[in-house]
Amino acid sequence: MPSTVALTVARYRPEQESAPTWQTYEIPFRKDWVILDALNHVKDSLDGTLSFRWSCRMGVCGSCGMKVNGTPKLTCATFLSDYMPGPIRVEPLDYFPVVRDLVVDLTDFVRKLARVKPWIIRREEKPPGEGEYLQTPDQLDAYKQFSMCINCMLCYSACPIYGLEPGFIGPAAIALAQRYNMDSRDEGAAERLRILSEHDGIWQCTFVGECTKVCPKHVDPAGAIQQYKLTGATNWVTSLLLPWGTR
Amino acid sequence: MNADPHYTLYHPRWYRRRVSVWWWLQNRSYTVFVLREITSVFVAFFALVSLWQLRALAQGPEAYALLLARLGRPIFLVLDAVAFAFVVFHAITWFNLTPKAMVLRFRGKRVPDGVILGLNYAAWLVLSAAVAFVLLRG
Repeated sequence: MPSTVALTVARYRPEQESAPTWQTYEIPFRKDWVILDALNHVKDSLDGTLSFRWSCRMGVCGSCGMKVNGTPKLTCATFLSDYMPGPIRVEPLDYFPVVRDLVVDLTDFVRKLARVKPWIIRREEKPPGEGEYLQTPDQLDAYKQFSMCINCMLCYSACPIYGLEPGFIGPAAIALAQRYNMDSRDEGAAERLRILSEHDGIWQCTFVGECTKVCPKHVDPAGAIQQYKLTGATNWVTSLLLPWGTR
Repeated sequence: MNADPHYTLYHPRWYRRRVSVWWWLQNRSYTVFVLREITSVFVAFFALVSLWQLRALAQGPEAYALLLARLGRPIFLVLDAVAFAFVVFHAITWFNLTPKAMVLRFRGKRVPDGVILGLNYAAWLVLSAAVAFVLLRG
């Protein structure tokens, strides 16, 4: 193995340039380094002006999502050794506006997430004195997979539909809506279905399936959306046949 | 939701990349996806040919024989072969996606993807065999 590797990083300094450029750094190759370690090495020792987001460096916070050699990755969980002998190309996630270098603005997602009401909705809250809402392991199992989402936005960056139709609510937000729909304590499924059956909701998805492939937490947003479509279609047929029975 | 009053929605200095017209050539799964979507054109083509056949059948034996002669031309044979390949691709890619949309639970456990796939393929075989039986009987 060589002792160094070329790390080519997208730079965008809005006060200097109107479009991103590439900058290459020669960094030491270490078997135990992930891309994030390499970026931190650049920031600490080679070029302090490089901007990128990170926090936990252990696949939990979802801050360090970037494109590595064209594929959306969590840089804290992507080893240099998988890309040897290099060069390794790191760029910001697709389809989000680039604020600076590798930092993108996620406001669009945060707004969409709030739209799908990702919290437990009860028609009537039980008084605290009556105790907690109980759930069996099977009931937990029904939604647990969708609750693993860390909002890292790799799925949005992998979704060409989101790129072409920026209004699309998108994979993670729909998977999180499904997480609450499948929760036995929740009673808000009809409310969420109304929002997600709109033009920008589930029907925008044409099942490219790439969101599921890039998801570092195995959430399977593509599956969530298709299952949601099935629910939506069933609901529509029922309301057509039994207009008085659905609400 | 309360919007942050200090947040500028269309910040002039943020860089927005445009999606290339060739985005579907960027990786293999995008290309397969676009091919799968295009297959619907060929499915429609087969449906139209079937309707055309039905109409000729209703018009009598002469009209049907004329249509069969037309469909036997080399250009139609080539078109049919291409369309058939695309329809098979359409069927297989969609069948392989069914376990994603269909989540069945049996005694509290999720039925494995392979079982759902297997059942789908089995139903396809049985139905195809039934159609072949009806067609080839005479």
